[in-house]
Amino acid sequence: MRRYFGRKLLIYGLTFFMAVTVNWLVPRLMPGDPVASMLARARVAQPEAQEALRVYYNNLFGFDLPWWQQYLNSWGSLFRGDFGISLWAFPTPVADLLTRAVPYSLALLVPSILLSWVVGNRLGALAARRKVLDNTVLPVSYVLTATPYLWLAALMAWGFGVVWGIFPVAGGYSFSMTPSLTWAFVADLFWHWLLPFASLFLVALGGWAIGMRNVIIYELESDYANYMSALGAPQKLIRRYAFRNAVLPQITGLALQLGVLVAGALVTEIVFSYPGLGSLILAAIQNKDFFLLQGAFLFIVLGVLIANFIIDVVYVIVDPRTRVGMAGAAA
Amino acid sequence: MTLEVDDLRVYYRTLKGDVQALDGVSFPLRDGEILGLAGESGCGKTTLGKALIRLDGRMKHVGGSVTLDGQVLPIGDDAKMNPYRFKHVSLIPQYSMSAMNPTRKIGRMVRELLESRREKLDLDELHNRLDLVELPKDVLGKYPIELSGGMKQRMVMVISTLLNPSLLIADEITSALDVSTQKAVVTTLKGFRDRGFVKSMIFITHDISLTNQLADTIMVMYAGKLAEKAPASTVVNAPKHPYTQLLISSLPEVGVRYADKRLTGIPGNPPSLLKPEPGCRFRDRCPLAFEKCAEDPPPVEVEKDHVVACWKAA
Repeated sequence: MRRYFGRKLLIYGLTFFMAVTVNWLVPRLMPGDPVASMLARARVAQPEAQEALRVYYNNLFGFDLPWWQQYLNSWGSLFRGDFGISLWAFPTPVADLLTRAVPYSLALLVPSILLSWVVGNRLGALAARRKVLDNTVLPVSYVLTATPYLWLAALMAWGFGVVWGIFPVAGGYSFSMTPSLTWAFVADLFWHWLLPFASLFLVALGGWAIGMRNVIIYELESDYANYMSALGAPQKLIRRYAFRNAVLPQITGLALQLGVLVAGALVTEIVFSYPGLGSLILAAIQNKDFFLLQGAFLFIVLGVLIANFIIDVVYVIVDPRTRVGMAGAAA
Repeated sequence: MTLEVDDLRVYYRTLKGDVQALDGVSFPLRDGEILGLAGESGCGKTTLGKALIRLDGRMKHVGGSVTLDGQVLPIGDDAKMNPYRFKHVSLIPQYSMSAMNPTRKIGRMVRELLESRREKLDLDELHNRLDLVELPKDVLGKYPIELSGGMKQRMVMVISTLLNPSLLIADEITSALDVSTQKAVVTTLKGFRDRGFVKSMIFITHDISLTNQLADTIMVMYAGKLAEKAPASTVVNAPKHPYTQLLISSLPEVGVRYADKRLTGIPGNPPSLLKPEPGCRFRDRCPLAFEKCAEDPPPVEVEKDHVVACWKAA
């Protein structure tokens, strides 16, 4: 058990290292100079003043150092919990921007991933045993799972927001309101949250339902199910066993899908102008904001790694076979 | 009389038509009798075994009846058959290695299975029976994957006979085992019968020499029909049906060297059962075939308890 988690932690550590390195490298490979655009925004006419500002900015962000020193410094500040200062929203620290955005992203991601997984599995299991449901759930699921996140999001924003005007199409809450802990504000938050959540939930739902249906059908024809039927066990018990065993590959699927789901959520946030990490990343890219981009990606990487680790732990709890593999089988 | 099978017909549905895998088989099985059911692949022995407990989705009950302890089994009706399963008819399957749910501890699985049949688990009795097959009590707290193949096989044997069924069907249970384990399994099954855990048994196998060690009676099937049924020693020493004779003669004998005389086997293949021609189904491979074989040979009791379906034997 200890060796298993030790190995897992090592792998996660390596992944984290690689991710941080790539995150550091990629923004710096983008064409364009962020300091130049900041100077352009500052509208300084005098060449001397401009030069002085350039030197000040370059020194402030450390761009005057050799690249390897910049890289090492970025690790150093990372461990101090310092994400740097945003270039785009200068002089707001990146950490402040992130703490404002992360709750919105989590509020979208966690419920949509978990609910779509739970509901999709139930739906798939039902479809596996009822012909009528199978003939309706399956085609709908195929359409949903083949739908790109942003397309469904755009369609819903247009339909429910623009055409029927039921839902707001942008923002985390109404512009006329100030954040406070009142029922009116919470209701407003919920109203804004509903459409982006629904589009994420629906697209993910189809995939889980299809997967579950197929695995359940396979499990119901397995040897242990046949043996139970031959001994006259009621279908209820056999289905319970089959469902429990069919959930296992779905848990693995969840671990594999996390990255895709997060990416989908980022795009969806942009469509709905939802003030989460996705919108932040878009702004960072458009303004060549290295530090903000690095910080946002770091959060995503950390989130996906933590979620994967939780799934690893859960898997060990629910599947005895993984535990046996760790301890060595008894004779 | 425990079991009375009368003119049982079970066909397989396929896209090309019905495969007549079990085509009119009748036989009785007495209390305490162990019947060895032998024949080559595709002769209908597994179909017969399945027909007595659970038809799978492709099989259909076309005709004939099965009577167990005076009650007619509703073998064509999956739901109505449920009350009889496990309590009256039980099965040790071919696939003992994977017959138990991999994610439940064995003890819990047994308890849930019994509860679902509204039976109480007698833990002392279960422990006794585990003792009998030399399994430690703590297997009940283990997952199937923690057991070796032989242990799983014995565990399934204990589970299947837990409710003392009248009829136990053991379907090819020794096929995947080595010879010493086969012997142990056969001894255990005999012990189950002698202790009254099961009243009578049908032991399905393609291994005639193994059947001979266990069975009181051997029934040889060919292409969905009964070929010969007789006490075990008669089938082995004085078979009457040409198929049985060829089958026995193609077995190697202990102490005989086959350097000069090669074992031949039976030339040819069994006929297709999709639309079989009338007449004896063995006649294309039979060295004794003559005109009369174009008619179906009826099973005839040539002497007491010795039934042969062959025009030459009768």
